[in-house]
Amino acid sequence: MALKTKTSTRIGVTILGWGIALWLFFPIFWMILTSFKSEVQAISTPPKLFFMPTLSSYAEVFERANYWHFALNTVIVSVGATAIAIALAVPAAYSMAFMPSKRTRGTLLWVLSTRMLPPVGVLVPIYILARNTHLLDTCTGLAIVDMLTNLPIIVWMLYTFFREVPAPILEAGRMDGATRWQEMTMVLLPLALPGIASTALLSLILCWNEAFWSLNLTSSHAAPLTAFIASFSSPEGLFFGKLSAASTLAVAPILVFGWISQKQLVRGLTFGAVK
Amino acid sequence: MQAVLEHSPPAGATVQTAKRTGFLLLSPSVLILLVWSIVPLVMTLWYSLQNYNLVDPTLHGFAGIDNYWYLLTDPDFLHALLNTLVLVAGVLVISIGGGTLLAVLYDQEFFGRGIARIMVISPFFIMPTVSALLWKNLMLHPIYGVYSAMMRAVGLTPIDWLARFPLMTVMMIVAWEWLPFAVLILLTAVQSLDGEQREAARMDAAGPIARFRYIILPHLGRAISVVVMIETIYLLTIFAEISVTTAGGPGVASTNLAYLIYSRALLQFDVGGASAGGVVAIVIANIVAIFLVRAVARNLEA
Repeated sequence: MALKTKTSTRIGVTILGWGIALWLFFPIFWMILTSFKSEVQAISTPPKLFFMPTLSSYAEVFERANYWHFALNTVIVSVGATAIAIALAVPAAYSMAFMPSKRTRGTLLWVLSTRMLPPVGVLVPIYILARNTHLLDTCTGLAIVDMLTNLPIIVWMLYTFFREVPAPILEAGRMDGATRWQEMTMVLLPLALPGIASTALLSLILCWNEAFWSLNLTSSHAAPLTAFIASFSSPEGLFFGKLSAASTLAVAPILVFGWISQKQLVRGLTFGAVK
Repeated sequence: MQAVLEHSPPAGATVQTAKRTGFLLLSPSVLILLVWSIVPLVMTLWYSLQNYNLVDPTLHGFAGIDNYWYLLTDPDFLHALLNTLVLVAGVLVISIGGGTLLAVLYDQEFFGRGIARIMVISPFFIMPTVSALLWKNLMLHPIYGVYSAMMRAVGLTPIDWLARFPLMTVMMIVAWEWLPFAVLILLTAVQSLDGEQREAARMDAAGPIARFRYIILPHLGRAISVVVMIETIYLLTIFAEISVTTAGGPGVASTNLAYLIYSRALLQFDVGGASAGGVVAIVIANIVAIFLVRAVARNLEA
């Protein structure tokens, strides 16, 4: 279809496409750029586009805060929450997709509606419960809460993926004497692996960026990267170099991860419904 | 839901066992979600009826509906409620409207499209605290921000956006995070549009606007409902962006319900009042959820 498009239109589309892309990406580009400036260069007016790069901001960030401690917490919480949620959601989604009953539809909608519970509405009791069970400021506590907030969406997504697997394939396995467990692990899981992978990806990204519970349920021991970056905000917000270096460090892993996995992610985000 | 019913359960005596197995497999998730949604809710309800302030232990006992009365007659509450709705509606309009146009744009072939697409969706991967700090300082700072420098370069006086237009600015920052998400979903939907269908419309000499209106837009219904559902869940409880940029101010100009309850609970230690706010937030979320889940369910299962 592009073959017949007029040259002038194509040039227009190219300019518009790149213009908007550069504009939307600019803050991220500027953050990375500023992270390699000295503090003086970072606040020079007019802002500098060309300068001698330095790693001094990074050096100071690493000196001031233990980045690896925060990063490790984030990885533990995100991976842990995602793994447990997937493990709980697979049997549930399997049951709803292949052994539906009259109540399946209602159950699904109810599961999804629990995600509508605003975190702030239950902040006080969750905080008190976490404190009384000594889960406050622990990776376990935060992972449990993240897992619970993501479970509804994960169940729903896996359900839509599983439904795309033709039931006769599973039934054929059963004819050959496979148990339910074998049917689920040896027939269904390999077939639905792309869907499970993209569901896990989305969950990882949401956990990585989760701010509300991270800021309210942790203080030092289990503080993840969202808290790390919050500590670089005011009153030191004016140290643009350090702020940018810390921000870049906090988002770099998930940004690169997102770039690599974006195709896979799209499948998950669309619930397999808008392919 | 038709598709579900097509998977007919195995015949005869195995029906009962299948039912039991299905129930057993489903129960862990359902039970855990049941506990998760009911226990905190009951506790919130209980606290909301108590006088309970962490810094004033002399004040305790049953409060009845005092906390609710105090909250609902508080002008801050109405303001916060309105701000919440403005934020949700504003960001939804920007991300759905902009997302649809951008999806069509990035569906066109042009030089370096792959890279441009990755750049457009990148903001979705940035954590809210970082994007808020980024915009507040590097972009919009009245003296050192890039946008201020640009305004000075063309002879305008820089504006302290977060002080002058706090709610609008927060909305723009949030929209910057969620527009890419809408593009991601809607682009997939546009791409899945059957090529032949579009070619046919072309043969019929349909103009680009007619093509968009009658071919592309109707096709996007499902994708749009997915975007609306997921975004609304998150937009109702915007927190980090407000906390980092304006702390709800000036006054309550950029305070939404989530931030109001947070400031009551953790900054003023008023557990009773915060819980009453929490109950109200839950009620509002459920009203939205009823409409949303129904609309989306219809769209997804159709």
